[in-house]
Amino acid sequence: MTARMARRFVQHRLALASLVLLLLLALLALAAPLVEAALGVDANMANLFARFAPPSAEHPLGTDELGRDLAVRLLYGGRVSLAVGLSAALFAAVIGTSLGLLAGYFGGRLDAFVMRFTDGVIALPLLPLLIVLAAIDLEKLGIPAELAQSEDVSLYRIVVIVALFGWTTVARLVRAEALRIRSREFVTAARSMGAGPWRIMGTHILPNAVSPIIVATTLSMGNIILFESVLSFLGLGIQPPVASWGNMLTNAQELIWNTPMLAVWPGLAIFATVIAFNFLGDGLQDALDPRAVE
Amino acid sequence: MSMAPIVEAVDLARHYQVRQGLFAGSATLKALRGTSFSMPAGRTLAVVGESGCGKSTLARLVTLIEHPTSGILRLDGIDAGTAGKSALRELRRKVQIVFQDPYGSLNPRKKVGAILEEPLAINTAMSAEERANAAREMMARVGLRPEYYYRYPHMFSGGQRQRIAIARALMLRPKLVVLDEPVSALDVSIQAQVLNLLIDLQEELTLTYLFISHDLSVVRHFADEVMVMYLGRAVEQGSRDAIFSAPKHPYTRALLSSTPIADPRRRGERIKLVGELPSPIAPPPGCAFHPRCAYANERCRAEFPESIDTGGQLVACHGVEEGRIDETQSQGATF
Repeated sequence: MTARMARRFVQHRLALASLVLLLLLALLALAAPLVEAALGVDANMANLFARFAPPSAEHPLGTDELGRDLAVRLLYGGRVSLAVGLSAALFAAVIGTSLGLLAGYFGGRLDAFVMRFTDGVIALPLLPLLIVLAAIDLEKLGIPAELAQSEDVSLYRIVVIVALFGWTTVARLVRAEALRIRSREFVTAARSMGAGPWRIMGTHILPNAVSPIIVATTLSMGNIILFESVLSFLGLGIQPPVASWGNMLTNAQELIWNTPMLAVWPGLAIFATVIAFNFLGDGLQDALDPRAVE
Repeated sequence: MSMAPIVEAVDLARHYQVRQGLFAGSATLKALRGTSFSMPAGRTLAVVGESGCGKSTLARLVTLIEHPTSGILRLDGIDAGTAGKSALRELRRKVQIVFQDPYGSLNPRKKVGAILEEPLAINTAMSAEERANAAREMMARVGLRPEYYYRYPHMFSGGQRQRIAIARALMLRPKLVVLDEPVSALDVSIQAQVLNLLIDLQEELTLTYLFISHDLSVVRHFADEVMVMYLGRAVEQGSRDAIFSAPKHPYTRALLSSTPIADPRRRGERIKLVGELPSPIAPPPGCAFHPRCAYANERCRAEFPESIDTGGQLVACHGVEEGRIDETQSQGATF
């Protein structure tokens, strides 16, 4: 079954190309410190004598308004974007899968309650809410000052915020799958041999519901990366000097007429990554669909 | 083999509440409307009837998947309705089920070994190695090759899958196995193999079978006792030979006459049933079969027929009781 899925996936050329692109991007992003060392530059070191430098051997994509190397900053931004996308999507998938499984398996009042709650979360106007949440002073919530003021906190904050609102799609999908699978005869068989609800959910329903979870999570990664860049663009996401594709765009916006490339490169990176995740999701959907014919 | 009945059902009924729409109230669907029977150990009772007559509901009650709305169900002498949690757990081990569809009854994400070991993992304290040995032994017994242990269900044909399902049902060494149309999803050539396997297993392991079917030629081959059901009630019960050679209830006769026989000289008169199975939400008053029965009279339309013993078989029919049903008509009609 898995070999057939791999074959179907490989036949999906766009998805395969997307996967290669994303892996390449991830590899480059992970290797950012090495690239930095190889080029002999520092991503956060301002050099006002080398502002707006054109591409050269030392700066493959030139420098920005503070003389920092654009290529290296893009790679560091990619680290942040991919890390946020991956962790927030996984976090959201865990929440959504748990709630969806419980609602779909137990049904009744629990199902009604969880699903109305889901509808409520979907109906919330997301952007204003995120802006408010992003503005919360963490120290007042009792989080120690050294943690609340560390550089990484904006990253964690954004992961938590996105995950708390991004689980709804997975929850609905998993609930529908659980409803479908729980009436299958192998579940009845398990029940007649005395299997409890946790065993049935864990070993019978969940393994048969993984395909939609994988597809939905992949598709949501693109959205989350887009979301992160929107928040960072608005100044509420990743805070400078930590680079992210979103805050690089913010800096570039005043300079767009003089040095358009400062906006084009991060914009292109966001565009390519999001579209690659979407193609990858489509490819996985086709490959994992058990009803697909070869 | 003890002669104490392994299953004893008294007036077993199962009703479902069904909603008929957003604003309409709920209605009661009477899937099973009071059925009594008892099964001696080591024998095969076949339950036959059309789709919707309640035979699958009966299977779900006997295997303790669902609870009866009313009536008494005694399994191996223990009343399932009043049994405590641990007693119910013990009972579950004694009663196992094989479903009709071998494609739906096996988890596609589990290997054969894991499927067979699951009942042991849940109900026994056996070690992983002991479970694996038990699974392999059972695979040999039902005619599955040892290397199948590591394969997934989708790699098998329908007949082999049904062997896996049978093996799973036997892992806990049950006394009673409910076979819910175990061969009706299989090719005819495979049906015979699986039925013969079931007969062999019954002898080796002294099993009692509750065999649910709508295929009368299979029942004739397989059953010791037959119970004919119509709209949630048993209309006729008796030994296989009595039912097949001298059916008494008009419904049994119609059912038997509808089974084709490959012998043109023995082609009998075919009794055609008109109309459809009535809705189990609003069953007809009196005898449920009266709208389709050629012999129905005023009493049939008003009064509920109780089962009466007519020398060997139990029949629930006013016409049989009063002797107004023509005995000769279907005597030689079919078999």
